[in-house]
Amino acid sequence: MNQKEPLSKRMKLSWREMPFAGIMFEPGSSVEYKTGDWRIERKPQIDGEKCIRCFICWIFCPDVSIKRVPKPYKKHIESVEVDYYHCKGCGICAAECPVNAIEMIEESTDVP
Amino acid sequence: MVVLKNLSTEELYAPGHRLCAGCGPSISIRMALKAARGPIAVVNATGCVEVSTTIFPYTAWRIPWVHALFENQAAVASGLEAAYQSLEEKGKRKGKVDIIAVGGDGGTFDIGIQAISGMLERGHDIVYLCYDNEAYMNTGIQRSGATPRGAATTTSPAGKVIPGKRGKKKDFIGICAAHGISYAATASIGFFSDYIDKMKKAIEVDGPAVVHVIAPCPLGWRSNPTETVKLAKMAVLTGLFPIYEVNDGIYKMSMKLGRLLPIEEYFKLQGRFQHLMKPEWKNEVEEIKKDTEKHYKKILRLAGEKIT
Repeated sequence: MNQKEPLSKRMKLSWREMPFAGIMFEPGSSVEYKTGDWRIERKPQIDGEKCIRCFICWIFCPDVSIKRVPKPYKKHIESVEVDYYHCKGCGICAAECPVNAIEMIEESTDVP
Repeated sequence: MVVLKNLSTEELYAPGHRLCAGCGPSISIRMALKAARGPIAVVNATGCVEVSTTIFPYTAWRIPWVHALFENQAAVASGLEAAYQSLEEKGKRKGKVDIIAVGGDGGTFDIGIQAISGMLERGHDIVYLCYDNEAYMNTGIQRSGATPRGAATTTSPAGKVIPGKRGKKKDFIGICAAHGISYAATASIGFFSDYIDKMKKAIEVDGPAVVHVIAPCPLGWRSNPTETVKLAKMAVLTGLFPIYEVNDGIYKMSMKLGRLLPIEEYFKLQGRFQHLMKPEWKNEVEEIKKDTEKHYKKILRLAGEKIT
């Protein structure tokens, strides 16, 4: 398996190899930095039955952690999913949901 | 009117940045990039967004991005626009690149205003986006020209002598509109449809445009991260931050409020205004109320609305 080394390893360069003026060559490389472990006590859980697919949680997420996926469910053609690797657990999605389909649940050890 | 279902799912702003949980500026940047119509480049002044999104060797941007100092983001953006124009004239590249200059309220209201004034006067085709979290949050909550009256910050602490910051918030859009630019607007991250529409208009305008957006900061406002969006909405509904646009000098209200929400409700949710809830500063709240109404009526008068 050709697994890519993490960016922090790849960028461990000597001062001669360091890019000029700290230029970064990989757009959006922060995806590799998992901010999910910032969450301390709660995380959002979306109830697919209650959700009306208004995407208000998606537009208000500061961490781009609510994703629109082309997953058909009943009459809906799209669904929303939470990216727990990057969600910081601020709870804006749960507060702004018009139908209260998002609940902040306790963090547990068995789910990533 | 923006329909969320029709917005692009392409994220130009990646997750994994180190902004706080419930960060308002982060929401404002993400929404602004949703308004992109084609290739886009960003010039970012020093501030929360710059510091937290590009910690070496990581970057949260999927578009060309330049870091400029606190004071010269508008000047760097002007140079970038001129460079693209020159390349196009020489036939080395084709197509238009929209340039957005992003700055926090410190870099805009206090430090960068000279370069911004120059940019607006020279008439570069740039969108200037100011995310306003009402203090220098990145360096530890110091007061800025955008801090509202009565807010406690580390350099204007509330005590026995003064109730937080003295003096009003600068009327930044008024200053920009006085340059005679074709588009200037204020917006709130709470009303995403209005904000994205304004960003779209600002990008389409030929010439400089300014958008001033309020973005609550849970750390500096000492509020609950959950309430970021609620506070952004309440700032508009209490009349403290009226949203309007200026098209070639003509003011237009984006949201007409019948009655303003009581300011106390907005203050209650924030730690930086807690001292105003004490009986000894009751006069200060009354003064803030008067000031707010005066400012709101001034905007209404400029927009040619009926004053009730």
